[in-house]
Amino acid sequence: MNFLTAIIGHIGGTLLLLARTLNYLPTLPRQRARFIEQCYLIGYTSLPIVTILSFFIGSVLALQSGYSMENFGAKQFIGTLVGLTMARELGPVMVAILIAGRVGSAITAELASMKVYQEIDALTTMNIPPERMLVLPRLAAIVVMMPVLAIIANLCGWYGGALVSQYTATIAVDSEAYFSALKAYMKPKDIMDGLVKAEVFGFVIILVCCYIGLNTRGGPREIGASVTKAVVTSLILILVLDYFVTKALLFS
Amino acid sequence: MSPSYTASPFVGKTFGVTVANVTKKFGQTAVLKDVSLEVKPGEIFCIMGPSGSGKTVILKHIAGLEQATSGEVKIGEFDAADPATRNKVHLALVFQAGALFNSLSVYDNLALYPREHRECNEAGIRDRVMHALAILSLEKSAHKFPSDLSGGMKKRVAIARALVMEPQLLLYDEPTSELDPVMAATLTEIIATLREQTAVTSIVVTHDRDLAFNIADRIAFVMDGRIRGVGTPAEFKNPADPIIANFLNPVIDLKNPRFQQLENSP
Repeated sequence: MNFLTAIIGHIGGTLLLLARTLNYLPTLPRQRARFIEQCYLIGYTSLPIVTILSFFIGSVLALQSGYSMENFGAKQFIGTLVGLTMARELGPVMVAILIAGRVGSAITAELASMKVYQEIDALTTMNIPPERMLVLPRLAAIVVMMPVLAIIANLCGWYGGALVSQYTATIAVDSEAYFSALKAYMKPKDIMDGLVKAEVFGFVIILVCCYIGLNTRGGPREIGASVTKAVVTSLILILVLDYFVTKALLFS
Repeated sequence: MSPSYTASPFVGKTFGVTVANVTKKFGQTAVLKDVSLEVKPGEIFCIMGPSGSGKTVILKHIAGLEQATSGEVKIGEFDAADPATRNKVHLALVFQAGALFNSLSVYDNLALYPREHRECNEAGIRDRVMHALAILSLEKSAHKFPSDLSGGMKKRVAIARALVMEPQLLLYDEPTSELDPVMAATLTEIIATLREQTAVTSIVVTHDRDLAFNIADRIAFVMDGRIRGVGTPAEFKNPADPIIANFLNPVIDLKNPRFQQLENSP
């Protein structure tokens, strides 16, 4: 019962944080510098790892599906499989997991240490709401950067799959055939659904990480505990939301 | 370094503080028990007491960082727990450890408040910041980061940051802790001079007997979450209460049986 009460309390607290943050939305234009800084931290610095991982995920997907699909003569559809899987599922989920581990953890650690070392209290006494200065620019940045990262992940995954399909002797599907199969069965809605999922995951991750960081209590040891809590919660939420958002998008 | 707080841009109303029957519980533990205090406008009011007695918790209630379990705290006629009060009262709190923003330089730490509240243009902000830094002899540290500063310098930067806010109520949490005697004396002078020149109400939580006796108009002694006595420094120099007397003039007794036990231990 206590556990359930705590969960409901945290959901309420997170929604309250969101409501307070959205209340300061009109102040975003004059926080341009902070917004750009967060876009750089969330988007630009995540690019190398997103690029490398999505390239190899696309490659492995092509390798595995090529091996399996050859058995029933369907290897000409590798492009379709890699394209749809990356766009609808692996692209957004993988980027979200990376953002949770790389950016979400850093945000929680920063806000938790600000809380523990009374910087948040100092902001409050200075009548500078932490939601305005610390949460809003991060949420705005993730809204802008998440689709960009998801599109880059899709492209890298598709090209990784194309390279493997062409240069693996047992598959030997050339790029032209691979991309024409990819285009033949992919609709704009497939890409849009993936971007919507990425957007939802990114927004929830940053909101939850900010909430956990700002609600850290105790000493330096709690900073580590908060980071662990934020990453684990984010990973669980990504997978749970993935099911519900996918279902909603498929049947909408 | 001697403080020379002149030509302050701050000319405004200062506020008294009323703490009325405040009880604060963390879980089942009562940290404050029916605390009542009255701080007059323009007064320097020191809150003394042993560690863990609840001094800082009282200060946090005044700053609106804690909500009382029962009772109320008022700044002038405004409720301290109401976030809207911060729009009506310029309140500054000098934290024990400074609570400087580690990602910002000293200059930007000070400039944050006027920038966020759009109180003046960048030239005006620069004047205010450099004026506050000059008062605390910190001009050369303007572009340093908090991690490059000593404990004493962090305290001075925290006071300078409070000055930039042009406070109408100034709260200090252990301003002289961890400072050498010379720096502690300097900060004592700064607190007194600030009040003299700006008439700002100052509430100082401290262990430092010299600080309290030198600058306080009145002192409150807190023990186990209760106010044990309130009086002037003259009254506190020879307190009738033996517990307050023992805190202010502790007797070091090397013949204490506890030390004897240590001596005889193997």
